[in-house]
Amino acid sequence: MLVSPFSRRGFLAGGAGLVIAGRAGAQTPVAPGAAQPVIDVDHALQDPIRIALPSLGNSPAAAEIISVVTADLTNCGLFRPIDPAAFISAADASPTAPNFPNWKAIGAQAVVTGAVSDAGGGQVRVEFRLWDVLTTQQLQGTAYTSANVRRIAHIMADVIYERMLGEKGYFDTRIVYVAATGPRGRQTKRLAIMDQDAANNRILTNGDWLVLTPRFNPVRDEIAFMSYANNHPRVLLYDLNSGRQTTLGDFEGMSFAPRFSPDGGSCILSVTRGGGSDIFVVDAGSHAARRLTSSGSIDTSPCYSPDGSQIVFNSDRDGDQQLYIMGAGGGGAKRISFGHGRYATPVWSPRGDLIAFTRLAGATFAIGVMHPDGTGERILSESYAVEGPTFAPNGRVLMFWRETRSMDQYGHGYSSRLVSIDITGFNEREVHTPTDASDPAWSPLNA
Amino acid sequence: MKLHTVGALAALSLLAACASKAPETGNTSTGATTTAPSGPSITPGSQEDLVANVGDRVFYEFNSSSLTDAAQATLDKQVAFLQRYPNDKFQIAGNCDDRGTEEYNIALGNRRAHAAKEYLVAKGVSASRLTTISYGKDRPTALGDNEEAWAQNRNAISSVQ
Repeated sequence: MLVSPFSRRGFLAGGAGLVIAGRAGAQTPVAPGAAQPVIDVDHALQDPIRIALPSLGNSPAAAEIISVVTADLTNCGLFRPIDPAAFISAADASPTAPNFPNWKAIGAQAVVTGAVSDAGGGQVRVEFRLWDVLTTQQLQGTAYTSANVRRIAHIMADVIYERMLGEKGYFDTRIVYVAATGPRGRQTKRLAIMDQDAANNRILTNGDWLVLTPRFNPVRDEIAFMSYANNHPRVLLYDLNSGRQTTLGDFEGMSFAPRFSPDGGSCILSVTRGGGSDIFVVDAGSHAARRLTSSGSIDTSPCYSPDGSQIVFNSDRDGDQQLYIMGAGGGGAKRISFGHGRYATPVWSPRGDLIAFTRLAGATFAIGVMHPDGTGERILSESYAVEGPTFAPNGRVLMFWRETRSMDQYGHGYSSRLVSIDITGFNEREVHTPTDASDPAWSPLNA
Repeated sequence: MKLHTVGALAALSLLAACASKAPETGNTSTGATTTAPSGPSITPGSQEDLVANVGDRVFYEFNSSSLTDAAQATLDKQVAFLQRYPNDKFQIAGNCDDRGTEEYNIALGNRRAHAAKEYLVAKGVSASRLTTISYGKDRPTALGDNEEAWAQNRNAISSVQ
């Protein structure tokens, strides 16, 4: 599914400077007098930013935009949008001159003003300004035109997040996952894709064959996943524009556990050889494959570091399943996990500073993070079955899946759901998918 | 269906008595690939024959692909079955309980299927008659979340092709 195109431009207002939310160009000019983040993100959890989001107009699009922005900012846990019932007067929200004393009176630290208009051709134009109530400074002024109203709202929420917290947002993103229907043990599994807030859910495969572990190409609208099509389990590519599926590489054994390189030019995966599983790298263009491990043990769940120079993976080469890091060319693997239990499914934060993992200890599974040198391990969430963390593109939030335990031998009580959590361990939330869900993978920011 | 359920419950209570041990025989699954009726309707050399008279599956200890004595005994009977029906081929599917991660379990299921295949080959079955596949933890035959169910789900299941 292509995200629909839109245009954006910054505009001058009130002498506060021109600011363009330049995601595509990866540039974010900072407004004069606002060089520092408004709020220190590490302290924001105890004190979410109180933000006012008054109406942008009477149209359904205007209402939907406010609704989506409010949900994004609320769900991230770092903002507390103020109930509109507390607003003193509609006149407080003049697009160019908000009534700051009235916003301050209800405890707002920031206020968003603006207007939604019909741009013709099914498109809407949204212009909005973000204001710091205390200093009465405009922090941002931007206009967007698109037919995709929800997407405009997510981009607005990202702009607000970035201006207030000093780091990029993650709302204009998608999740690919495995949607499951039917009774346990005979579930039909399909690839599905949705926006990060679970809207626009769409099924990609027809359920004829088992599918597992979809992962986004970071630079193309493409997914690598494992398919049992024709009882030949292997990694396939799914082109999100055409829906076309192609095989990645040509292996005698099963191939599984794919993960793209940060530049999207290659994919690492596991291939069975006898009773063992080795890690290979496959060129995404030529499909030429090169072996990176040959321990004879189980080497799997590989993931690149964000600079592409290293690979973290799990292996039982020393007995139990543990985490190892090797160079991207293979060789020199060093174990990094030494805590209690088995360690699995390592994923490297886009920031580079953390590796998230699944830990299996006794009857309890856990999602945790550690530094790439193995220090600083923290457990974020524990339960009967949690697995498979994936990072939001800003490295701030993880999504994983949680299964509940069957109460009887028929599988009653079993469920599988996606869950998101802040990397501090706060703000754990279920993601409301239409069916049972597993294997989430977070997209990069939409292009 | 009623009989099937009673059979499954009996099997589970039997297992509960020796919870830490792998089940001794096949045919105790509560899932889809279960019990064929015994009697003259069974086609010799068929999957039903394998299930009813030989045992279509072997079981493994937790996180292990070692063949227990019971597993080897079942595989010995599978060897005899394959010798009796030289046109039969097996697909051996490795499976895991869900007390492991998905990708690792795909590899572990492969290792289990491979261990069963290697045993059959060592006993004289041509490797060309044997294929392996792994479903990891995705095809549990017992649907509970307890040691009895997990023991059922740590298996390699042979299917006549």
